[in-house]
Formats: sequence, structure tokens, C-alpha cells
Amino acid sequence: MTDNKINETGAEDIRKPEYLVYQRPRTLTETELHYCPGCSHGVAHKILMEVIEELDIQETTIGIAPVGCSVFAYHYMNIDMQEAAHGRACALATGIKRTMPDKYVFTYQGDGDLAAIGTAETIHAANRGENILTVFINNGVYGMTSGQMAPTTLPGMVTTTSPFGRDVALQGHPLKISDLVATLPGAAYVTRHSVHTVANVRKAKRAMKNAFEYQKQGLGYCLIEIVSNCPSNMKMTPLEANKFVEEKMIPYYPLGDLKKPEVK
Amino acid sequence: MGKKLLMKGNEALAEAMILAGCDAYFGYPITPQSEVLEYLAIHATKRTGMVVLQAESEVSAINMIYGAAGAGKRVMTTSSSPGVSLMQEGISYMAGAEIPCLLANVNRGGPGLGTIQPAQGDYFQSVKGGGHGDYRLLVLAPYSVQEMVDFVKLGFELAEKYRNPVMLLADGAIGQMMEKVELFPQQERIDRKFPWATTGKPKNGERRFITSLHFESELFEKVNIRLQEKYKKMEEEEVRYQTTNIEDAEYIFTGFGLGSRICAKAMQLGREKGYKIGLVRPQTLFPFPKNIYAELAPKIKGILDVEMNAGQMVEDVRLAVEGKTRVEFYGRMGGMIASPEEILDHFEKKFIK
Ligand SMILES: Cc1ncc(C[n+]2csc(CCOP(=O)(O)OP(=O)(O)O)c2C)c(N)n1
Ligand code: SF4
Repeated sequence: MTDNKINETGAEDIRKPEYLVYQRPRTLTETELHYCPGCSHGVAHKILMEVIEELDIQETTIGIAPVGCSVFAYHYMNIDMQEAAHGRACALATGIKRTMPDKYVFTYQGDGDLAAIGTAETIHAANRGENILTVFINNGVYGMTSGQMAPTTLPGMVTTTSPFGRDVALQGHPLKISDLVATLPGAAYVTRHSVHTVANVRKAKRAMKNAFEYQKQGLGYCLIEIVSNCPSNMKMTPLEANKFVEEKMIPYYPLGDLKKPEVK
Repeated sequence: MGKKLLMKGNEALAEAMILAGCDAYFGYPITPQSEVLEYLAIHATKRTGMVVLQAESEVSAINMIYGAAGAGKRVMTTSSSPGVSLMQEGISYMAGAEIPCLLANVNRGGPGLGTIQPAQGDYFQSVKGGGHGDYRLLVLAPYSVQEMVDFVKLGFELAEKYRNPVMLLADGAIGQMMEKVELFPQQERIDRKFPWATTGKPKNGERRFITSLHFESELFEKVNIRLQEKYKKMEEEEVRYQTTNIEDAEYIFTGFGLGSRICAKAMQLGREKGYKIGLVRPQTLFPFPKNIYAELAPKIKGILDVEMNAGQMVEDVRLAVEGKTRVEFYGRMGGMIASPEEILDHFEKKFIK
């Protein structure tokens, strides 16, 4: 055990705690993520779990995984979790939070889960002012079922079920569910972020911290939308997909707070 | 002994829920069981601190149940036929994830929007697995307001014993009628400390997760086998039924819930005319009391099964007797209730004349 250990390649081993710039938070398990390379889900998982570690609420937080690419979130997030049926996460969260109001409860959902099949559960949980947080991954597509049109698919955007581009006259308009939720009195904090640049990742993480703080104060429903990529189904490299987020998605889904609680 | 009161079926059920130390009720109004939510809204929270919440739909209600039950709470929802149809996805998930909870269906006439009048057309849905996949509910069939109370207490115990949803299959008449009931003493709301419940990761222990998802077929088959073994155990240990006058019986009347009450009266009328009729009344529909039918079959001349549907439980009676006696059926539908006289008339037509 010397300080200047030699590693497998024969060079000095520089893997020392004091050099660490990143460490897996204890709130993430060692299980390898199954997400595609460059996918926003991985980054969103990481910052959410960092926040839970930093706030020291690992033992008092219960998460709900959706049906979607993040269905296995409970394999990665090292906290107690429940896996919901497609769209029902906010109902599960309501059941948990109402019976254990002193615990922190969040749902983690995709756009199909939250804004199509689960619209009623989302809107009514928000409207009742349930003291829960929803992290909403808006990647404009159904990732898990390989690229069908989502409620948030942009006009003209090609998916497997809008092969000629989304025709709003036939297939309706992209649903800005966060804007809708922001109009409800039960919603305390509604904010839109992205994780496609380091600066944006930091802001999204800050928002998550805020949301748990608001939950502690019992202010009501919090929704953090994360405008995301899906390189695999966008049929792009991760970099191209991030460019698409920047140039196409964000203009339609502008970043920033839609509603923020008054803090004394 | 508890208090004796005159109560409506639905209100007695709600009262029993409070007395059983239930932690939460999530539900959506539908006739003929809306009195449950109404009664709880007045009495429950102020007496025991129990959570009572009107959900935006039955889909939501059953999933609120999933969440709270997955956190180890004692929870219940009630509905009637169309609402219970909406709950089937959630029920299948709970059976798959092995979450205990108590459900009640105050059965009305179907299919479709149907009628608000009583019926028993949801036997198949309750007993054979109304949602997707190979699963079973433990199904209790109350035939009186008293059993609405008793089966709430029993239902919670069975649900927790087997980590399985339990269904109370009543009908509109049992829900709406008033009878004398004896209540049981108030049970405290307690932390049941289930090791699987998601109440927050234990400080030095493993995290818990509730799921019904399995990607590896080899492992998922094992899960299915384990579930089937659990249902087998229920069949061995939880069969409940009542019999009347079977010692000298040449014929058996059978039915569940309200149907069995009318059969009892028809049996009495028949005995007055000299027919040796007995009665078998299943209290558990799953597990079904097959053995009593099988034992009686070789000794009798026939069974008349009476239901408020087109003939659902009768299929299980026929399976149970394995052709060793004749099984006839009489049913009314659409919210109609058979009279004892017409049952006896049908019996005479089929077996005597
Ligand atoms: C009741 C039901 N309907 C349909 C499906 C199939 N399904 C699984 S995931 C999914 C879409 C998920 O898309 P999204 O919520 O946007 O999440 P993503 O995979 O993009 O992260 C669908 C339709 C299902 N599992 N259950
Ligand atoms: S399919 Fe899309 S959303 Fe799903 S993991 Fe891959 S990149 Fe991410």
C-alpha cells in the first residue's frame, strides 16, 4: 500500500480519492444502466439521485417508476420504489404520500406515460395539490416501444406512426402539458429544463433540489419537465440528438419557470 | 360482544372498514355502493385518522390503493360492476406484485352500463381472473349485512396472510338492504411492519421495490409457479361454505349471496310439500367448495343452482360433481330477482314432473 502504486499499464496509478472529480452517489446502485449511449435518462437519473444524497433523504424518499424506457429505474435508484402501470404513477404517489405525509415521494415519467395514457392522473394529482414531485422526461417520442408518435412529438416530426411527419390536422398538436399544469392552483412549482449541456444539467439539478425543499414545506405539486433526446429513435448520434433538442425541441418547449412558489 | 345495530349493507361495510383499523380508502362514486364513500367521508377521518379520498376515476382509485398498499398500509376500495371493470388492470398488477388489499364489488346488472339493480353477473370476472394473466383473487360472497361486516375483517386478514388482493363480491340488494348487525370492537391502526413494504429504505438494509415486471422468462415462470402454489394453498386452507338440511336431502339447492337466501326460502316451501331439499351456500367463491358438492353428488337425485345471471357458478358446480348427479340451473338477469315460488316451480318442472 504505497502512495505511488503502479497500475496495470505500468504507469503510476493516479486513482486516489483526492483526485476524484466524480463519484457515483450512494443513492445509485452499481447496476449498469441499460439506456442507449447519450440518452438523457441516464443524466436525469444521476442528478436526481445526487440531490437525494445531498439532501440526505435516501431513507425517507419513495420513488415511482413508470412504464417506458425508465421502467427499471428501481434497479438503479438505491431507494424504496414502486413500479406503476403505464400512466398511473401519480395515482400510486398519491396513495403513498397521503398515507405517509412525512416521506418524500416522486414519480419519474416519460411523455407517453404522463401526457397520454396518464393525463388524468397527472392533472388531478396536480389539481389536488398532492405534495409530490414529478420528473417528466419529454423526449418527443415513445422510446421503449421503439419510436412511435408521442403526445409531445413536434409538428412535422417523423416517427414510426407518423412516417410522413406529424400532421397536426390529422394527429393533433403537441401537448404542452407543463403549461397546462401550471394553470392549476394545486401546482406549486412547474419548470422546464434540459440536460443537453453541462450548464443545463446544473440548472435542472438545482430545480430538483428546490422541488424537494417545496415538498418539505408542503407547498403542493411540483413538475420538472426535462426536454430530452432519444438518439436511438431520432436515428441520430448523441451529439446530433442534443443539437435537435437545442434547435427544434427547445424553441417549441422553452426552458424556464412556468410557475414558482412565493418564498418569504 | 360488539354493538347490535340496524344498518344498511353498504354503511355496515364502511363501518367495518373503520373498525378494522383500515388506513385508507380511495374510491369513485357509483350506484349501488356510493354510500360507502359517503359514510366514510362523515365518520372515518375524525374517528381514526383514516385517509378518505375521492379519486378522479376507478382507474386512479385502484392505483392509489396499489401505492398505499405497497407501502404496507391496510387499504380498501369499493365499486360496482362498470367501475370494477376499469380496475382490472390495477388488480392484475397487484396480484402480480403480491400486494394485499381488500376490494368490494356491489354487483349491478350488465353488460355495459346495464342497470343499477342487483345482479350476480360478475362471478366470472371475480373468480376466473378479470384482468390479464394467470392470477386469482380470494373471493368472499356475503349473503347478509352481517357478513358484509364479518368479511371485511376476515378479508383484510386473508389479504395480508397471502399477500393477495381479496374481493368481496356482494350485490346491489345486499348493499342496499337494512338488517340487524353485530359489530366487532375497534381495532387500532397499526404499523404492520411488512418487510417488503416501501416505507423508505432501511438505513443499513437493502432497498425494497414493488414490481410485477420480469424480463427473464425462466425466472418469470418460477414466479408464476410460486403464485400458483399460493392459490393451491388457498384452495386447501380457505374454503368456506354453509349447509342446511343436507343430512336427509335428496335434492340440493345452491347459490351464493342473495341467490342463496331466496333458495333457502324455496327450500322451506319445498320441504312443506314433502320434498327433501337441502342447501349448500359457498361463502368463498374462490377457493370454490368443490368437495361438498362431490361428496353429496352420489347420494342425491339432483342439484338446482340459482343465480342472478345466465349461469356462471353453475359451471363450477358441474365441474365439482363430475357428472355424478344432474345439475339444473335457474337464473334471472337484468336486475330481476327470482321469487321462492318460481324457483320451486322450476325445481318441480325439472325434477318431479
Ligand atoms: C396499458 C399499456 N399500454 C401500452 C403499453 C406499451 N408501452 C410501453 S412503454 C410505452 C410508451 C412509453 O413512452 P414514454 O412514456 O414517452 O417513455 P420513454 O420510453 O420515451 O422514456 C408504451 C405505449 C403498456 N405497457 N401498457
Ligand atoms: S430508446 Fe431513447 S429514451 Fe429509450 S434509452 Fe434509448 S435513447 Fe433513451
